[in-house]
Amino acid sequence: MIKKSSIVYGFSLSITGFLIAALLNALIPITADVEITEYSVAGITVDINSTYRAVLIVLSAIFLVSGLISLKDHDKWKKYVKGAPIRFASGIALLVWDILGTKWQLLPQPFFPGPAGIVEAFLIEPQFVLENTLYSLRLYAAGFALGVVFGVGTGILVGWFPKVYYWVTPVLKVTGVIPAVAWMPFALTLLPTPFAAAVFLIVICVWFPVTSLTSQGIKSTPKVQFEAARTLGSNTLDLVFRVAVPHALPQIFTGISTANAFAFTTLVMAEMMGQPGGLGYYINLSKVWSAYYKVFAAIVVMAVLFSFITAILERVEKYALRWQKGLVR
Amino acid sequence: MAEQIEKEDYILKIKNLRRIYKDDDGADVEALEDVSLNVKRGEFISIIGASGCGKTTLLRSIAGLDKPDSGSIVMDDHKITKPDPERGYVFQQGGLFNWLTVEQNIAYGLKTRKIYKEKKSEVPKYIELVGLNGFEDSYPYQISGGMAQRVAIARTLINDPKMLLLDEPMGALDSFTRADIQDKLLELHKFNGITMVLVTHDIDEAIYLSDRIVIMTPRPGKISNIIEVNIPHPRQRGEAEFLAMRRKLLQEFDLATAHPEPEYNI
Repeated sequence: MIKKSSIVYGFSLSITGFLIAALLNALIPITADVEITEYSVAGITVDINSTYRAVLIVLSAIFLVSGLISLKDHDKWKKYVKGAPIRFASGIALLVWDILGTKWQLLPQPFFPGPAGIVEAFLIEPQFVLENTLYSLRLYAAGFALGVVFGVGTGILVGWFPKVYYWVTPVLKVTGVIPAVAWMPFALTLLPTPFAAAVFLIVICVWFPVTSLTSQGIKSTPKVQFEAARTLGSNTLDLVFRVAVPHALPQIFTGISTANAFAFTTLVMAEMMGQPGGLGYYINLSKVWSAYYKVFAAIVVMAVLFSFITAILERVEKYALRWQKGLVR
Repeated sequence: MAEQIEKEDYILKIKNLRRIYKDDDGADVEALEDVSLNVKRGEFISIIGASGCGKTTLLRSIAGLDKPDSGSIVMDDHKITKPDPERGYVFQQGGLFNWLTVEQNIAYGLKTRKIYKEKKSEVPKYIELVGLNGFEDSYPYQISGGMAQRVAIARTLINDPKMLLLDEPMGALDSFTRADIQDKLLELHKFNGITMVLVTHDIDEAIYLSDRIVIMTPRPGKISNIIEVNIPHPRQRGEAEFLAMRRKLLQEFDLATAHPEPEYNI
């Protein structure tokens, strides 16, 4: 049974932080000299503050609903309550930032706009932000997927054939330490489009960690497992794909999550160095016009997008490795 | 099973088997020296001996996992050169696939032999046979050591083997689980009539299970004696015949190890 006091504590901390931030945003007048432009979104006239308040209310609504859902399960509720103080603190931090950045403008402007100021980027050019986000997403998806496929493929070859291991490992060791973006000049001149060039860089930065961890996983398969498989009628392909590869899965996933972090870095750097779109490109473009609120807006989108991608990968990993001791609680 | 008229019906003929290993210093070690042994169809035979006597090497050679340097192993008129599902092998431990459930582990052989679709219905039968109902969807880390060995036995049996090779399968189990698996093996032997070759270092286990016991001695590994066990089943570990056999075997070991070659490596 979940205690009543726990319910009150969990919900009030999770929701009130954001609601207080929204309330005070409405109550505290803007004392700094800021021009508030009005925008029309789907026929409704809004400004940065009302939009910001809407975001805060949506946030608290999300946490209200997720709390209600987690009430069904004791462990989930425990996890929810554990996150409650940080949710409250986030709301208060946003409040302080709002006052310092937008209301009183005590932070150096235009470098540190308040949260409501950042919202303005999404009101001015929602279409443009979306286009650039999708561009980044396409780039990431193409580069990451190809990199994982090549990495696992190469890793299997390196891990399985001693000859391949002998010839390829030194190459991997030397080239693997080079940051992928160092190849940018070559990529841009040798490949037909900037998009292909950036995909190439992401593929490279994903390829190496996935290859080396896959091959390690394959090589570490105990002999007894191969022998058991052979006495059960396995051919060589079975030994590779039914024994060695599943055995290597935990390492493969370690490689993939490492590669994922590399891929984000490479993606943004590649975009900042010469792409016709993407969040990195958007940052560069905004910087030129000193539109730092747009830079922040791009950063916020990255934070949300990359967290989302990472969370999906974690889910996939958890499912694929459900047979591992200690992983499922 | 050991009927006199069928004396000639050997499932396995091992002739002059020799296997030499290189040890860490590069010196030759004779794991098997001139080992010859015939195994009757449907027989339960145990190979016992101290560690290093080559009993596991012999079993691995029968399985086709280890290649002898000379000599031959013939099973039903074909020479054994590589592993085959007709000779099931149960390892001491670690043979299960951790990423497969109990059910998937048992079905593994059907899948690699590409007969899973036709023989799918066999899987529950073998789960039932080793008494693992209710654990079909468990992963190896979720079951006990004794259960894991039952899975290992079941997944070899589903391949319909002519022979089961057991490499100290009870070695890592506690004594209660061990007795439980021993009875299971006897039951399987009785009902399916599969030829069983068991490697063990447990004299009681060998007497309890076997029709014949092969005694091996180390350095070089060879067969020193073969003893028939003519005690009717079910055998009781405390009864006189059992204890007499035990004494006899212990004497054999004393004889076998009474005159070790003086060997000093300084």
